[in-house]
Order: sequence, then structure tokens, then C-alpha cells
Amino acid sequence: MKVAELAKKTANFSAGIVEEKLTPPWKEAWISFYKNRLALAGLGIVVFFIIIAIIAPIIAPYSFKDQVLADRMLPPSSEHWFGTDDFGRDIFSRIVYGARISLWVGFFSVLGSVVAGTLLGIVAGYYGRWVDAIISRIFDIMLAFPSILLAIAVVSILGPSLQNALIAIAVINIPNFGRLVRSKVLSVKQEEYIMAARAVGMKDTRILLRHILPNSISPVIVQATLAIATAIIEAAALGFLGMGAQAPTPEWGKMLADSKNYITQAPWTLFFPGVAIMLTVLGFNLMGDGLRDILDPKMKQ
Amino acid sequence: MLTLFSEVKKLFTYTVRRVFSLIPVLIGMTLVVFAIIHAIPGNPAQVILGQRATAESIATLTKELGLNRPWYIQYADYINALLHGDLGVSLRTRGPINEEIWSYLAATAELTIVAMLIAIIVGVNAGIVSAWFSKSWFDYIAMVLALIGVSLPIFWLGLMEQWVFSIELGWLPTTGRENVRDPVAAITHFYLIDTLLQGRPDQFITVLKHLVLPSLALATIPMAIIARMTRATMLEVMQSDYVRTARAKGLSMFWVVYKHSLKNAVIPVLTIIGLQTGLLLGGAILTETIFGWPGIGRYLYDAIGYRDYPVIQSGILIIAAIFVLINLVVDLLYVFVDPRIKYTK
Repeated sequence: MKVAELAKKTANFSAGIVEEKLTPPWKEAWISFYKNRLALAGLGIVVFFIIIAIIAPIIAPYSFKDQVLADRMLPPSSEHWFGTDDFGRDIFSRIVYGARISLWVGFFSVLGSVVAGTLLGIVAGYYGRWVDAIISRIFDIMLAFPSILLAIAVVSILGPSLQNALIAIAVINIPNFGRLVRSKVLSVKQEEYIMAARAVGMKDTRILLRHILPNSISPVIVQATLAIATAIIEAAALGFLGMGAQAPTPEWGKMLADSKNYITQAPWTLFFPGVAIMLTVLGFNLMGDGLRDILDPKMKQ
Repeated sequence: MLTLFSEVKKLFTYTVRRVFSLIPVLIGMTLVVFAIIHAIPGNPAQVILGQRATAESIATLTKELGLNRPWYIQYADYINALLHGDLGVSLRTRGPINEEIWSYLAATAELTIVAMLIAIIVGVNAGIVSAWFSKSWFDYIAMVLALIGVSLPIFWLGLMEQWVFSIELGWLPTTGRENVRDPVAAITHFYLIDTLLQGRPDQFITVLKHLVLPSLALATIPMAIIARMTRATMLEVMQSDYVRTARAKGLSMFWVVYKHSLKNAVIPVLTIIGLQTGLLLGGAILTETIFGWPGIGRYLYDAIGYRDYPVIQSGILIIAAIFVLINLVVDLLYVFVDPRIKYTK
């Protein structure tokens, strides 16, 4: 309350002592997000797929795994909107259930990399010296691999499965967040209020939690939104290479891999899963771009 | 003269330091790659050979891979072999990997270079025209396409290309690198060069036709990113003083801006090459899988299928090493291209 009043007074002072109501920052952010049509479209797409994922059992007309061999590779029709695959499974139902998998992998893998990356970044940035040296070298090494390649390496150690693909994607994204948070910590550490906090005897953990962490949140949110987009593509790529989801899981990348031999007879088996991947990724990309413009104007290209 | 000398000296020290900073990264890379086989839970030989393997075959492979010795000795051996250019033996073909790998590497290089050229030429020009006609229908369409471009899974794009251009229209071949009934006699393994060296324009056209679809698929993402970056740079250039001066002098605006922005586009494009090579090399694995392109990605993909761990290790190591090397070159080029970039630190 006191801080808010103080901020108000300062604002009034600099604005030429005109009494006016201050908009809370989150509301301001929402207004500019709302004005950004592309970002809003992105949010719309993402919400659409989240809803589909939640109500999948209600809207899916068929099971995602029941094989009806009499109905193999039927083209799209009013009965099977997106056609059927080589086992006679309804592609529309499989895509609807697939939304659950892609969103789940995208969200939790990024959550994992955010948590691990933030922790390592804070430790490296705040404690510096050899801790920083070691962590930063590890990041360097991880970034020396093209990301999908590192994911393949991790999966070949852990064995192919959807869960291991998720872990692999989480691992490969750690250095991105780690570096981001580290650089933020380094710049915040120099600020006078941190020195003041230290001078009055505030403990390290308290400084980290109260001052440094909140300052790193907005770039991390931006980066995380964009990372979900990449994670979804990477999960699909691993599924496509046979290193992610296994049959009969209706993962979109896996669906493409299973149908790629039927490209001549049944191209619809390939068309729709790809569109689903593209739209979801586009949604997160648009949202991330929009959030970047709003939360972190300096990051604008 | 003296300043030139000190400049050269500075550049030299920078280069040396940058090269030396790679050493820990390279060591770390070998450790990661080494771990691929040794971190597998259980007996790696069992994993490689599968469930139905006999005890003898497991014992033979364990011995062949030297898995019965302590890991640090194995690692020392591995490094020693690497330093002698020995990448091990493929479990599938039984051939030495360092001999096999060249043709695959050349195939990937050819594909990637052509893809990058397409991405740069189309991307830079689209970006410039978009910025010039900013807020026009061309700008909107180009930027929406660019947005979609960065969101496309390239393996799906490749499949769609095959569907439309090979299967429906029959314009271009679906897979492979050459006409299998009339194979190219390899000299450099860069088929575009080889066919010309042998004076076979017919084969050159065939090879080119095989290149179109995979290189377009691979080019999409970098093309989209380059277009967006160039457009942003261009919009800045157009508001700068020298462009206003040029306009005041009555010069043809478009060409002034075009020339200036091309120069200004060098840095973003360099950055992209550095940043996107990883993506491109990673993308090559997917593109090559779809188009049956006999490159390093396909080599790796097949190795994964056969659990050919020595090839998986070497493939990953080689690709990562190339990636690091290209980044080094890009970093050094920066300093040469843009004198504003400091190389003291």
C-alpha cells in the first residue's frame, strides 16, 4: 500500500502534478495484449486446443485405438471427418486425443526446463566464481549440440518412450533458461537496492526470492511461451523418428510416421495431423511474440 | 602501418583465444557422446543385440566394444582413437565409420548449402520488399507466410511437398539423390560438381531435380526467420539520415535502400547462419529421413533403427563438431565484417 502510494506520488510529480488513477501493471499489459491482434489470435488458438484436449472424450466420435479393419483408409466423409488410417481408426478422434499429448508434453517439458534452468541460472549468477564457471561450461557444451540431436542422444540413453522424449526436451532447453536467468541476475545484482538490502543484513535466499527472482519472471515467461512451441515440434519430431510416443498413442508426430508409407493411397492420413501440429505451434508462437512486445520491449527485434 | 600491425595482432590473439575456448566444449562433447553407450541401464551389449541374443554373441560384442574394462580406460581409448581419426566400426556394415562417413557428409553438405542459399536469397529479398512496401498486401502476406513458416514441422512440409509435387503433379522425384539406374560416378561426392566435372548435363539436371524438394523443405524455417529479421533491419535503415540525404539528392530511393540494406543485412544473415546451422543440421536428419537422402542424418536415423551405437555416437559427434566449427567461423567473420564489434574480450 505504502509503495503504491509512493509510486503514485512520484508519477504525479514527474507527470506535472496531475491527479490521475494509475492502471495496475497487469491490466496495462492485458490492454496492450488485447490490442495486439496477432497475439490475441494466438491466445485464441491455444485456448481452442486446450478446450479440445479437455473435452476430448466428449467430442471424439470414436475411440482413438479401436481398430476397424473393414474401414481401412477411408477418405474424409461425414462419418469420418478426417478419414481413417491404415488400421481403420478415426483420424479426427485420434487428433483430438493427440492434443492432450502435445499440450501435456509441451507444457511439462518447458516447466521442467524453466525450473531447472532458473535454479541453475540463479545459482550461477548469484554465487559467481567457480560455481558459475562450471555451470556455464555445462551450458556451453549442451548448446554445442543441435537441439534435436541432443534430444536423440538423451533418448538413446533412456530408451524410446513418450515420457523419455519429454525428459529429453526438458533437458535440451535448460541452458536457454539458465543463461537468460543468469544474465538477469548479474544485471540485477549490481543495482543499488540489492546492495542496500545486503547492507541492512538481508539474507542471500531472501534477496534471491524477494528481489532477484521477481525481476527475471517476465523474460522467462516470454521465452517459455516460445519454448512450448518448439517443444511441441520437437516432441512430434521425436515421435516421427520413432524415439517418442509408441503405438497406439495418438501422438501427432507418431501418426505421421505410421502413415508415411500410405502417402499415395491415403494422403489425408498425413495432412490433418500436420495441420494440427502447425496450428498449435503457430498459436504459441503468436502469443510469445505478443508477450515479448508487451513485457519486454527491449527484446523487440 | 604500426596501427595496422597492432590490429592484426589483436585479431590474431582473439582468434587464438576463441579457438582455445573451444577445448572444454569439445572435451564435454566427447564425454556426452561417450556416455550414450555407457549410460544405458543394464548391459549395453544386451541392449544393442536385443532380447533374443545368445550369451556368446553378447560376450563377443562386450569384448569387441571393450565394455568389460573400467570406463575411464575406455574413455582414454576412445579419445586416443578419435585423435587418430578413428571413429570405430559400424556394427551393421562392419565398415570403418571414418571411411563410410564422407559420402554421407558430402550429401548433407550439398543439401544444406543449397537450402541455405535459397533461404538467404529469398528471405533477404522478401524482407526488403516487405519493408519497402510496408503495410501493403505483399507485406502482410509475406509476414503471415513467415509466421507460418517458423511454425511448420519440416518433416510434415516435406511429406506435403511429396504429395503435391511428386505424387499428384508428377513433376519431381519423391526420394533419393540420383537416378538409381544411371548412378553418378562419385569424385567429390558433391553430385552437382561431379556431374559437371564428367560433362554430364543430363545427370546434372536429374540431380538438381532431386535436390529441389528436400532443399525447399529444409530452407523454409531459416527463410522465414531471415525475412523477418531483414524486414526489421530495413525499416530502421529507411528512417536513417543517409537515406533521407539520398532521397534529397533525388536518387532512386528503391535502389539506395536496396543497396544499403543489403549491406546492413550481412550481420543479421551471419547471425542466422550461425544460429540456424544447428537447426538446419537437426532439420537435415528429418528431411533426409523423408526424402531418402543419403546424408549424415539418414545415416544416423538408420543407425538408431539398428541400434548401431558406434555410428550413433560418431554421427552425433561429427554433426556437433561441424556446428561448433561453423559458429567459430561466424564469430570470427563478425569481427572482420563489422569493425564496431570489439574483439578485445
